[in-house]
Amino acid sequence: MDGHLEKTITTLKERFALQDGTTKYPACLVATPEQIVDVARTLRDELGFNLLSDITAVDYYPEQAPRFHVVYNFYSLEHNVRVCLRVPLDGSNPTVHTLEGLYHSANWQERELWDMFGIHIEAHSDLRRILMPYDWVGHPLRKDYPLGYEEPQFTFNFDEIERRKHKARYEEA
Amino acid sequence: MYETTEVTLDELKHLVSNRALEGDTVLLNMGPQHPSTHGVLRVLLELDGEVVVNCVPDVGFLHTGIEKNMEAKLWEQAAVMTDRLDYLNTTGNGLAYCLAIERLAELEVPPRAQAIRVILVELQRIASHLVWLGTHGLDLGALSMFLYCFREREAILDILELCSGQRMMATFFRPGGLWRDVPADFELAVRRFLREFPRRVDQYEALLTKNPIFMNRTKKIGVISAEDALNWGLTGPTLRGSGPKYDLRKVQPYSGYEQYDFEVPTGTHGDVYDRYQVRMEEMRQSMRIVQQALDMLPYGPVRSDDRKYVPPPRAELGTSMEAVIHHFKLWTEGFNLPKGSVYSPVESPRGELGVYLESDGGPKPLRVHWRTPSFIHLQALPVLSRGHLVADLVGIIGSIDIVLGDSDR
Repeated sequence: MDGHLEKTITTLKERFALQDGTTKYPACLVATPEQIVDVARTLRDELGFNLLSDITAVDYYPEQAPRFHVVYNFYSLEHNVRVCLRVPLDGSNPTVHTLEGLYHSANWQERELWDMFGIHIEAHSDLRRILMPYDWVGHPLRKDYPLGYEEPQFTFNFDEIERRKHKARYEEA
Repeated sequence: MYETTEVTLDELKHLVSNRALEGDTVLLNMGPQHPSTHGVLRVLLELDGEVVVNCVPDVGFLHTGIEKNMEAKLWEQAAVMTDRLDYLNTTGNGLAYCLAIERLAELEVPPRAQAIRVILVELQRIASHLVWLGTHGLDLGALSMFLYCFREREAILDILELCSGQRMMATFFRPGGLWRDVPADFELAVRRFLREFPRRVDQYEALLTKNPIFMNRTKKIGVISAEDALNWGLTGPTLRGSGPKYDLRKVQPYSGYEQYDFEVPTGTHGDVYDRYQVRMEEMRQSMRIVQQALDMLPYGPVRSDDRKYVPPPRAELGTSMEAVIHHFKLWTEGFNLPKGSVYSPVESPRGELGVYLESDGGPKPLRVHWRTPSFIHLQALPVLSRGHLVADLVGIIGSIDIVLGDSDR
């Protein structure tokens, strides 16, 4: 294992008592939602991880505790090391604190988390939907959200399907 | 699912300054149908006269739900959708996706497949930079650039068509290697392009690099320091224009990039002009890589022979029962990836293109996430454009080289 990565892992484990996560690449630690800001601050200020390259989430529905894992990927330009943090969240009220104060790039990625997974971001400056239309209901990347498809209409069931088809409501826009 | 909610205007007031609420500044909508926003980007501008006080980028007009769709497809079927993300870097997206699967499955790719992948990805990088150069020139008033650049890009698309039958949506890369070997005239076509292209780049540079109008429009515009650029998550040529030498092909090589000799150009000022110069030099470096890869192109198979992931060649089906079984299994239920997750970044023409894959051990992805550079770069637009004229905003949007298909996924 790379020297700086080893140092990072041991520092974080000692200070925050983090557990090992299971990822193939990069090396991963599991943190609680309360710890994430402090862990990220340590990573940025002491260990030189100056690029927050990615934030995403995974939905393990129908599991409920934890239902979501938020995955952060940090990169250190100086040491050329990548490290990953996973934060398990419960399904009832998934909330995680924003990292906007440390990394500006977190802003939109956290908006995407809210938009796609309905994970509430605490203290976020601009928590609006980003990819879906602003008045959309539901969070598409949740596993209990149906993918949706267009039903083929034939003459015998044309009207029946036409009735339940979703139409963009122009008059309201 | 199809209900909608009301959003009141009060919820949007924090986006603009107090001056706008008092009527001191003007709010102007730019896009989503505006030629210089490079697609369907909408920008809400707050203007004081002609000066940008603030701008609020609004994305999502091209959201196609590819991440959700991929979860409903088999691993190999989903590879087709990768081309549709960043439509100027189709092979690069395929490479990112295939590399992630190969990392998760620990699948070896034969050297010939790796070299051909590198050639096609680098050619695609040149094609992408050509589209950027053409449209960037167009935005800044150098109209003829567009015509020249698209002429050269067509030559690259012809090479892709030669290999896969498709100009843009090639889906030539598959987990474990390539769809099939390149045709016999591939080498000739690439060499012909390589012979012609250096001269062309010189011509573009002659048109723009020392052009006083172009320099006035781009120097000291959209400046960002290296530290800020990293904090905003900028990568690729946009970051390298500010100084840091962060190129994934160099720092974390994949697909055998470590064997090729090439430079990573960087800028110093972090303005639009430096980003322009970085991309121009990158085209030359990409040519060097293609040249080397073509000279060293090894012979051999182009797909892994791990039959748990890669279907057997047609010829084996007549003689081997095992091959028939593998063929049937792979084309009906696909392959299962081992349980686990991986984040696999590659260098796209725009920056760090990361694929986060998670598998639950089944034939379909549990989650595919695309860390797309355009999406991350766009959120830095307000910082880059504050205090500049609206006309410069157009240059700045061009210089961060966004593709909305990449951004909205």
